[in-house]
Amino acid sequence: MKSDFKDSIEKAVNNANLTGALGKFSEAYKVNRARAYEGIDFEALRTVIAERKGYAATHLDQMAADFTRNAEAAGARVFCTSDPEKVKEYILKVARDNNVRTVVKSKSMATEEIHLNSYLEKAGISVGETDLGEWIIQLAGQTPSHMVMPAIHMTKEEVSELFSKEIDQRLTTDIPQLVEVARRELRSKFLAADMGISGGNLAVAETGSIVLVTNEGNARMVTTLPKIHIALVGIEKFVEKFSDIVPILDALPRSATAQLLTSYVSIITGPSPNTDGSTKELHIILMDNRRSEMAHDPKFRQALQCIRCGSCLNVCPVFRLVGGHVFGKIYTGGIGTILTAWFDELKKSEEIQGLCIQCGNCKEICPGKIDIPELILEIRRRLVEKEGLPILQKAIYSVVNNRRLFHGMLRAASIAGRPFSSGKFLRHLPLFLADLTDGRSLPAIAAEPFRDRFQKIKQPKCSEKAAFYAGCLIDFAYPEMGEALVKILNRAGIEVVFPEEQTCCGAPARYSGAYEVAARNAADNINALLSEEVQYVISACPTCTVALVHEFSSTFQSLGQTEWLPRAQELAGKTVDFSTLVKKLVDEGRLTLKEGQQLGRITYHDSCHLKRTLQVAAEPRQLLSRAGYELAEMFECDMCCGMGGSYSIKLPEISAPILQRKLQNIKNSGAQTVAMDCPGCVMQIRGGMDQDGAAISVRHSVELLAEQLENPRG
Amino acid sequence: MFEQFKSRTEGVGSELHRFRTRGEALNFISTFLQDEGTMNAPGSYAVWVPGRFLTGIDTARLSAKIPGLSFSVNRETAADSLIGISDMDWALADTGSLVADQTAVEQRLASTLPAIHIAIIGTDRILADKAAVFTKITPATSRYIAFITGPSRTADIERVLTIGVHGPKRLVIVLVDAMEGVAP
Repeated sequence: MKSDFKDSIEKAVNNANLTGALGKFSEAYKVNRARAYEGIDFEALRTVIAERKGYAATHLDQMAADFTRNAEAAGARVFCTSDPEKVKEYILKVARDNNVRTVVKSKSMATEEIHLNSYLEKAGISVGETDLGEWIIQLAGQTPSHMVMPAIHMTKEEVSELFSKEIDQRLTTDIPQLVEVARRELRSKFLAADMGISGGNLAVAETGSIVLVTNEGNARMVTTLPKIHIALVGIEKFVEKFSDIVPILDALPRSATAQLLTSYVSIITGPSPNTDGSTKELHIILMDNRRSEMAHDPKFRQALQCIRCGSCLNVCPVFRLVGGHVFGKIYTGGIGTILTAWFDELKKSEEIQGLCIQCGNCKEICPGKIDIPELILEIRRRLVEKEGLPILQKAIYSVVNNRRLFHGMLRAASIAGRPFSSGKFLRHLPLFLADLTDGRSLPAIAAEPFRDRFQKIKQPKCSEKAAFYAGCLIDFAYPEMGEALVKILNRAGIEVVFPEEQTCCGAPARYSGAYEVAARNAADNINALLSEEVQYVISACPTCTVALVHEFSSTFQSLGQTEWLPRAQELAGKTVDFSTLVKKLVDEGRLTLKEGQQLGRITYHDSCHLKRTLQVAAEPRQLLSRAGYELAEMFECDMCCGMGGSYSIKLPEISAPILQRKLQNIKNSGAQTVAMDCPGCVMQIRGGMDQDGAAISVRHSVELLAEQLENPRG
Repeated sequence: MFEQFKSRTEGVGSELHRFRTRGEALNFISTFLQDEGTMNAPGSYAVWVPGRFLTGIDTARLSAKIPGLSFSVNRETAADSLIGISDMDWALADTGSLVADQTAVEQRLASTLPAIHIAIIGTDRILADKAAVFTKITPATSRYIAFITGPSRTADIERVLTIGVHGPKRLVIVLVDAMEGVAP
């Protein structure tokens, strides 16, 4: 990562105005969004939207032809082009032909994508943004920091300063007064403008209509007062039918601003009368700019299902720390990363794609059902394919891909690291883990890894067998978690086997775009774990579980190594996460927890992969309650802890504040213990709690439950 | 449906007044215009777009009674008006929205430029939701379909909700049960 990018991150996370505004907004957003969707089946709604938008995206030529025919029949002039330069030339020509001197604009991301304002200004045409947020950033000479709330990074003091300069009068910081100034100033611009330029939230093929969704009323003015209206619409805004507007209007305001509907929605079909009785000149420009190329890419086609609500920004733990000036170019946040890679160029997304921590929050709330984290990984994969891995990472993965060398080095680390460790924590890890940050202590590499300890465990002979997939963290840092797991399964009459040839699950490589490495890890693990006849493959690390259940197949698929798919699927079918299996064993009466225990208050941290990919959240809570803990939910219990595998190493300046927020929420819950199902989260949160000094114990559920097993009868 | 419409539209900051007859509604509007200081001076005019509600009503008498009230809506009168009055076609219970075919530019001027918009609609025009209204409206005949849900709003400065940025600061909905009754 380049140092100026690192600098911009540093500056953003230390900007209290920015992180305060974004943080408060994202906290309120979650609650308000849920309220706005009350009584609505979100899954059903977004399935319809994904289908309708997906249909349009796979029939772009037909949409464009139908739209053009119908809009022209209604009297509009339609111009289609794939070239942003042609868009600008067209608009300038219309302006010149009509002697246009001033333009008013309502919000349009497409015009920002092609830098229209500066082009027109250079040609001597005055361009006024009229959306309040857009006007503010225009006056400030900045770019939007959020797709829906462009000036969210600015304080009322800064706005007051800008407005004071603009109208040459000292203003206070009273927000209603500032808004009144904007109303007055912009009103005269609306009335004087020769041309209005808008975007379009939707373009309906069967009627040739464009739909504008706003709150301020500026789009109504822009499309009513000037005699010429130009709407610039990206062709991803197509829907086939007039009735397709309904589901999108159901979702867009709810997801964007947690409103049931925005103050204004305008459906414009052909020109309407001007105020002087003449007929408006309506131009609709359909802009491609690599969108149809995107539609032909089997992976990225789904990105065209975006309705531009910005909710992926609002729930992103990284975006709320750094904002859109770091996380994006014109289009910001998760979807912005993808759109930047396409509408701008792949290379431009190189740095911002690395900001994604893969927590999956955005995927869960996307009304277009876009798998944003997966697409960002795909960008990563293509970047690595094109540009290769950074040298340091290449060195690491050549080690990880050699199981013996990798394990040998981890063993060596346990000895080399010893002089530096204090108690259970290590201040400085050797080798590739050395670059770690303050704010979190790291676990010592265990003197004896689980694979060695396992040999010494005496197990009863059982008819049922499970293979334990430990993953690197349990094997080499937290072997006691593995021992606890064996104890629990033995008590339920299941014998644990530990295939020695198992190695890293490949997640770190995959999340860095090194799919070839991940595929070799996957193949090694499939061979190891399917070598013995077992009922289950169990893992107590959700990231590993997700790798075994979903990612092995998807990695092979991405690389076209389809010969591995049947065995990958066989493994996936046997694999189960710890809490799900134990809950099942308890429910079946095969495992009994001690009765009547009063173990005090506990709070539970949902790990990203467990909650959002494996959809497991109730099981560990039920087990802990059953064991005698009193559950006290923390605020944002399912928000990422900032670990994200190697993320915390690559971007410590972001990982650390995310962790601090998590620690605060844990402390505020009043619990003495915080439980979780992921050794990675344990590493992050336990390390943070150690440096924080709070007397809260951080435990994996497997350890807590092993302590509460009822002694076997007889 | 009325109760839901009322609670949803008041929830987004609309002011709702319901009357049994057009006579009662007209009395309310007349008094409202006078109370808000409508007069024959730029900035204090009121413009009223003739429509369903005014059918059979003597508008000349009304203008005489309320100086500054005009039924001829254009760019200049609307821009200088404090109050704009127009009919709406449909109301939606689930979002508290009003919907109208605003192809005629007077409709848009009166509901966009003045600080207060009085929107008149019959109680019988309340529909359940968007899906219902989409079976009633069609772009084949309506070139500019407008949905209005509460007053103009913004939260662009520090996420503080502020009412009345470009469009009306107040949306006053006059709901009339017997729209077809004898003209008052």
